[in-house]
Amino acid sequence: MLIRATVNGAECALDVSPAMSLLTLLRDELELTGSKNACEQGECGSCSVWLDGELVCSCLVPAMQAHGCDVRTVESLATNGDLHPVQDAFLAAGAVQCGFCTPGLVVAAADLLARDPHPTDEAIREALAGNLCRCTGYQKIIDAVRLAEEAIA
Amino acid sequence: MSVKERGGIGQSARRVDGEPKVTGEYAYGSDLRTENMLWGATVRSPHASARILAIHAEPIRHMDGVACVLAAADLEHAKTFGLEFCDQPVLAEDVVRFRGEAVAVVAAETYEQARLAAASLVVDYEPLPAVTDMEQALELDAPRVHHFGNVLRHVHIDHGDPADAFADVWVEGYYETAMQDQAALGPEGGLAVPAADGGIDLYAVTQWIHIDRQQIAPCLGLPEEKVRITLAGVGGAFGSREDITMQIHACLLALRTHRAVKMVYGREESFHGHVHRHPSRTWLRLGATHDGKLVAGEARLLMDGGAYASSSPAVIGNAATFAVGPYEVENVRVEGTVVYTNNPPCGAMRGFGAPQVCFAYEAAMDELAAKLGMDPIDLRLRNAVKTGSVLPTGQVLEGSAPLREVIERCRAIPLPEEAPVAGRDAIAYPGGAGNVSRGESLKRGVGFAVGFKNIMYSEGYDDASEATVSLRPSPAGPVASIRTAAVDYGQGLYTILAQIVRTELGVEQVLLEPSTSGVGSAGSTSASRQTTMTGGAVLMACREIRAALGNEELTRPITRTCTYHHRATTPLDEHGQGSPHVSFAFVAQRVVAEVDEELGLVRVVQVATVQDAGRVLNPQGATGQVEGGTAQGLGLALTEEIQLVDGAIRNASFTDYLIPTILDVAPVVTEFVEEPELDAPYGVKGIGELATVVSTAAVVAALRDATGRTLNRVPVHPDDLVGIRSEATTSGPAPVPDVPGQKSIPEYLGLGLGQSMLMKASDT
Repeated sequence: MLIRATVNGAECALDVSPAMSLLTLLRDELELTGSKNACEQGECGSCSVWLDGELVCSCLVPAMQAHGCDVRTVESLATNGDLHPVQDAFLAAGAVQCGFCTPGLVVAAADLLARDPHPTDEAIREALAGNLCRCTGYQKIIDAVRLAEEAIA
Repeated sequence: MSVKERGGIGQSARRVDGEPKVTGEYAYGSDLRTENMLWGATVRSPHASARILAIHAEPIRHMDGVACVLAAADLEHAKTFGLEFCDQPVLAEDVVRFRGEAVAVVAAETYEQARLAAASLVVDYEPLPAVTDMEQALELDAPRVHHFGNVLRHVHIDHGDPADAFADVWVEGYYETAMQDQAALGPEGGLAVPAADGGIDLYAVTQWIHIDRQQIAPCLGLPEEKVRITLAGVGGAFGSREDITMQIHACLLALRTHRAVKMVYGREESFHGHVHRHPSRTWLRLGATHDGKLVAGEARLLMDGGAYASSSPAVIGNAATFAVGPYEVENVRVEGTVVYTNNPPCGAMRGFGAPQVCFAYEAAMDELAAKLGMDPIDLRLRNAVKTGSVLPTGQVLEGSAPLREVIERCRAIPLPEEAPVAGRDAIAYPGGAGNVSRGESLKRGVGFAVGFKNIMYSEGYDDASEATVSLRPSPAGPVASIRTAAVDYGQGLYTILAQIVRTELGVEQVLLEPSTSGVGSAGSTSASRQTTMTGGAVLMACREIRAALGNEELTRPITRTCTYHHRATTPLDEHGQGSPHVSFAFVAQRVVAEVDEELGLVRVVQVATVQDAGRVLNPQGATGQVEGGTAQGLGLALTEEIQLVDGAIRNASFTDYLIPTILDVAPVVTEFVEEPELDAPYGVKGIGELATVVSTAAVVAALRDATGRTLNRVPVHPDDLVGIRSEATTSGPAPVPDVPGQKSIPEYLGLGLGQSMLMKASDT
């Protein structure tokens, strides 16, 4: 079926199959491979995107549900070559190792700071509890959120 | 040329590959695509052990979009592969030996068509008796996984005589560890593109490009130079990308169809498609004098290697040589066996045999301290090895060994304040986000553990690394470039190499060329070896460039290629004596944890780690390795277990296989002891594995302190902590198999065709 959606500010008309996930649509049809597929079950958060401003695991969203919606992915965060403060903070804090979870965590952290500009440690942990990282042990990810908080304030 | 230190060694330089990783542009194996490509899919065995009676491929060939179906009968060249022995079929031929073994591969126009075709392939099997328990595998009438029997390698170490040793106090324990998954987030994946010259261009994830090529080329019937491998982005590895997964399959399909073929594993397939950490059983006896001097150690180790050899022989070699810990013990006897079973194959994972025995010997040390009435940290200090100590293999510890300082500094890190039990945020209780407790029956425990591990490959293996550095003038100043086949799967090697070049050549601009098979081997990114080995090769090349330039101005490009070799090691002799390891690194860790004794839930409060690093080249990267490594050890202590029933993985998903989340980890306080290692570039020691080696033992020590329970099996379940499940029991040590040692059994049978022979072949 044909759907219309706005993806990272661009209007798109897309032919999607009923079984297709939003993640597959983004990765295979639109070649936006920043959103990653690591678990296919909404457990790891590597595919996190915004659907009408709401943080979702795009692997769990049927593509056709994006009809009429505004979809924003990690690719929307850096503008004109300037990194988003969260992206810069992840680099400064050493919160990136293999990087596979990073796009999802950057999106989730940016979402947190947009909702809650000065989160408690508990709020950071709770907000990022749906994002698995196998490399860092998460400590530097918390550091990165704190750095981004300062940069945004 | 002035040496500018910006981003040089000793500084927390930013990752050279960081920016594309935070923007999403970095291309991992699963992100690759090209015009007109096919998708590959794998058909896997539903049986742990069965005879293949028939594969009904013909109907599949006529399905929509299907371009190719391949089974064993279609293979025209080498039919097996393997890291140490080529004992694993590319596609199962007469029998399948584990549930999940590849039986056929399919290529089709779309991913869905390929998956549907694979799922539709009918294979007739005759199920055979399976052996899925490592002790059962040693029984004489057990089903044989391979025709030559079930023992893969037996290692024997005899040093002094424990039976004659005068010990006042003995402790004896039995310990079990589960099969752990590396759980790298980035799946196996890549793209094989047939070339006009009849060769193949493969873009894939791996830990060692050249060992992949040496296994792939014979299976394609191609000379190695026609198998050109370029590293794709690797989304973590931790050992799981040392072995071949989809590489040969994708190349075979591409050569057969004359089209590019992409293969990517989903998470469930990934659990079946790569090797895991060996489950282990350890029987350990330690004897000491009244004043706490260890005088005897006896260990019986058994590991489940699964259906194929992978790197199991090296893993049991490591475990056996580390079995009594980093302590001076004059009388030691170790019997270590790794067996074949019909379980999924096991191989490399961060720590490589060391975490399993660390869990055992550190539990025994705590028990010994209690029996002696000694402080457990004092007991460790009393027996800690130092430079000049003799290890159970007879190897004299020649390099740096600041274990005492490591232990004392870890002990000195202030304990965290005890938070009041009442009135916390819900997530600060065990079981946190589940909001199940207000801390009604909270017990706090403190555990301490020490661990050690070898750096670089062992037992006589020369895992050399080649690197090329160029320095050329440019209008914007001198530019250096580094060319190597080394793999950075996230740990930060490329950044370290750039830091070395900045420091040595005094340049700001350092380019890293893609890692390919077009240059000499860099060896594997494993065994904590790359900073020493490829770092060493880059350092040599830089110094040759400096010598060539002298005091002249840079007017023309200068290029140097160097190969770094580590100090030679020896195999174990018939008594398990020799100098099998190059270098050792040491670690101590103290864990504070809270246990809810009614719910059996755990909250780790703080982890304090002091690690021997030789010299720290990038402090931020180094602490990142300790923090991440700790999380993996904590996972094995508390939640991570591949659950097997009759050889079938019951939890092949991130819903059911539980890796630590941000709610499960605690703040990690990390310090390094920097005592330069002999002969190593800048005095470095690899840092990637140590925290994983020790943290399982340290976490469980804290749980024992909190609960007073034995806890001799990991992961520790809530049932263990509330006392519903009894401790792991044994009817006594497993029998020592009647086989030759110290080599692997396939080697005695002439089945060797693994990495050592292939390395020799490639040298000629």
